[in-house]
Amino acid sequence: MKFRPLFTIISLIFITGSIFSIIFWGFKPSIDFTGGAIWELSSTKINGNNFKEIFSKNQIELKEINSFGNNNYILKFNDITIAQKDALNNNLKEIDTDLKELKFESVGATLGRELVEKTIFAIILTSLFLFLFIGRRFRDFSFGTSAVLAMLHDTLILMGSFSFLGHFFGAELNSLFVTAVLTTLSSSVHDTVVTFDRIRELKRQTYQLDWVKLSNQAVTETLTRSINNSMTIIFMLTSLVFLGGDTTRWFATALLIGVICGTYSSIGVAIPLVIFFKKHTKKK
Amino acid sequence: MNQAKKTYRNFWIIIGIAFISILINFPQKLPIKINFGKINWEHTFYRPGLNFKLGNINFNKNVDLKYGLDLAGGVSLVFNIDTTNIKPENLSTALESLKSNIERRINLFGVSETNIQINKEQNQYRLKVELPGITNVSDAVKLIGTTAQLSFKGEVALPPEATESATFQDVFSKDTGLNGSHLRQSSVQINPTNSQPEVKLEFNEEGTKLFAQASKEFLNKRIAIFIDDYPITYPTVQNEITDGVAVISGNFDSKSAKELSVQLNAGALPLPISLIQPSQIGATLGQDSLNKGLFAGVVGLIIVSLFMIANYGKLGFIADIGLIIYGLITLTLYRLIPVTLTFPGIVGFILSIGMAVDSNILIFERIKEETRRGRDWNVALETSFGRAWDSIKDANTCAIITGLILFNPFNWSFLSTSGMIRGFAITLLLGIIIGIFTGVFVTRNLLRVFAKEKLSVKANKLKANH
Repeated sequence: MKFRPLFTIISLIFITGSIFSIIFWGFKPSIDFTGGAIWELSSTKINGNNFKEIFSKNQIELKEINSFGNNNYILKFNDITIAQKDALNNNLKEIDTDLKELKFESVGATLGRELVEKTIFAIILTSLFLFLFIGRRFRDFSFGTSAVLAMLHDTLILMGSFSFLGHFFGAELNSLFVTAVLTTLSSSVHDTVVTFDRIRELKRQTYQLDWVKLSNQAVTETLTRSINNSMTIIFMLTSLVFLGGDTTRWFATALLIGVICGTYSSIGVAIPLVIFFKKHTKKK
Repeated sequence: MNQAKKTYRNFWIIIGIAFISILINFPQKLPIKINFGKINWEHTFYRPGLNFKLGNINFNKNVDLKYGLDLAGGVSLVFNIDTTNIKPENLSTALESLKSNIERRINLFGVSETNIQINKEQNQYRLKVELPGITNVSDAVKLIGTTAQLSFKGEVALPPEATESATFQDVFSKDTGLNGSHLRQSSVQINPTNSQPEVKLEFNEEGTKLFAQASKEFLNKRIAIFIDDYPITYPTVQNEITDGVAVISGNFDSKSAKELSVQLNAGALPLPISLIQPSQIGATLGQDSLNKGLFAGVVGLIIVSLFMIANYGKLGFIADIGLIIYGLITLTLYRLIPVTLTFPGIVGFILSIGMAVDSNILIFERIKEETRRGRDWNVALETSFGRAWDSIKDANTCAIITGLILFNPFNWSFLSTSGMIRGFAITLLLGIIIGIFTGVFVTRNLLRVFAKEKLSVKANKLKANH
């Protein structure tokens, strides 16, 4: 644990970076959160200007238009009824009879608010359950608290990264991102638990009382496992990020960031915190 | 039973599971052509169906993989259900009616593999309808959104020459003026004299008058009740009914009586619904994502397999075999349960492959440690499995807790019931559970059978050198 100061610096940099990014750049929420509609179309004849024209003719505000792949377009707008969409579709078909609708999705604004509430609730509930589980399993308050703090550390960095990715690369926060956050919670605890288990086992075997020495030995012994295991997950996710197509690229990216953070934080955050708590409580 | 015998028994169990999984995952049709010099052999293999008899029970299970809308393409609609004007005690019946009403409409439309759900989200009831294969969202909205029409029509005497070609609508062509708005409620009751279930109809004031007229006009004739021009029952009127309470008796069992009552209520008590989330996914987009996802999965799997062999040599190879069995069992369960596969679900599956290797890595690292300490390989194998089990159990419990919160099995209204999130959670949960099984049971027994002798010789050599 001689790297403790280094870990503190790394974590502080990432945490301040994340907070900075969240405060200054915010998030780029998708229609899952804000409500609204997206429409993906494929056409060889219609270009961006045609879309804008037809939308203004139908008096529907077009918020954003992006093209991707070969002649595919993503249109985003605030609110649209099915009848309005049908009218637009007919107008567009006049220009290009081969127009293909790839995807249409519309979300009511209330659903967006609900998703935010449910997300926060799910994160609180998960943290609480994991806290109780670890607390019970290790019969030790410092372990539970450290694991949960490490978990929140990972969540914050994941959110920060997405604020950053949203600002510079257009990554959107959608309901799948929520799933990624919750999965991060579990994978973060996963590694932490394995290391904690080893500390507990060593303590029983060696009657060692110095937490720093105990932790050092536990980390050295589990490091290969942690890294190897994370590598296998990272291989699978990286492959998804690059080969898995647009639909889940950001989802896989979020999971990837979560897994990397989780591996780091079990060694770089959870263990130093346990040592900190143990030292602190001893002094009392 | 001694340990060796047990190991071999377990080994055959594993082979058996793998074999059954391969059978179930076998493509429905696999044509094979062999053209080699003079040998010309052509044969099409078919997957044996899961149809068999066990005692008096017939098993017939469709084991095709089910794809969610995001992969198969189709329309998904979410409606808000307006429950403000309904008494709480009638709510559950009304919701049931609504669901069966919509099911019937969709069935009339000829869409298969539909999914209709009613969920309570916070204080709001929501109806979610998934229609695979439908490409036009506005058609689907028209199909579902209009309220059902209940009508009562009397029998007319047709001239004898017309009876043969007459349709149901021709026979019952005299409108009584009664419709769903006149029906207050329908319920099932038991006839006190013969204890047979019957269906009771209660009309409102105007309905009572109209029904009194109709029952007079069609006494000893039949009155058919239609929902959206689809006849659901045609009882014969046995006496004049003036009090607005009619009873349909006949060959009902309690189930069919309830069904009829629900159908009548569906026409009578349509809860207003309003569309809040329409979405539509083209089939090409879904197919494209599926192919890309599978490709990414295969590439990832190959890298992980190579990584395991590079790191753990022969052990790694055995872990890879365990991983293949893992994949087969998982796919088999997807087919048997069945799990509707969505794109986030595939991500969950791919993620869980990465996680499944974890138990192997935990154990192998332990084995390395133990042999380094000079333990005999066999002893190292068994103690490592024992020790690593604690960590595997704890770590996976955390993952299972999170998985359950995401999957929300009790439909708690304060948690998400989104299909995307659930699709991910179910494959992740299954993956974790099967991963523990293959990691601990399958790999362990494979190791006992295959890696035992040679490696223990090696370990002994190492010891001798020391």
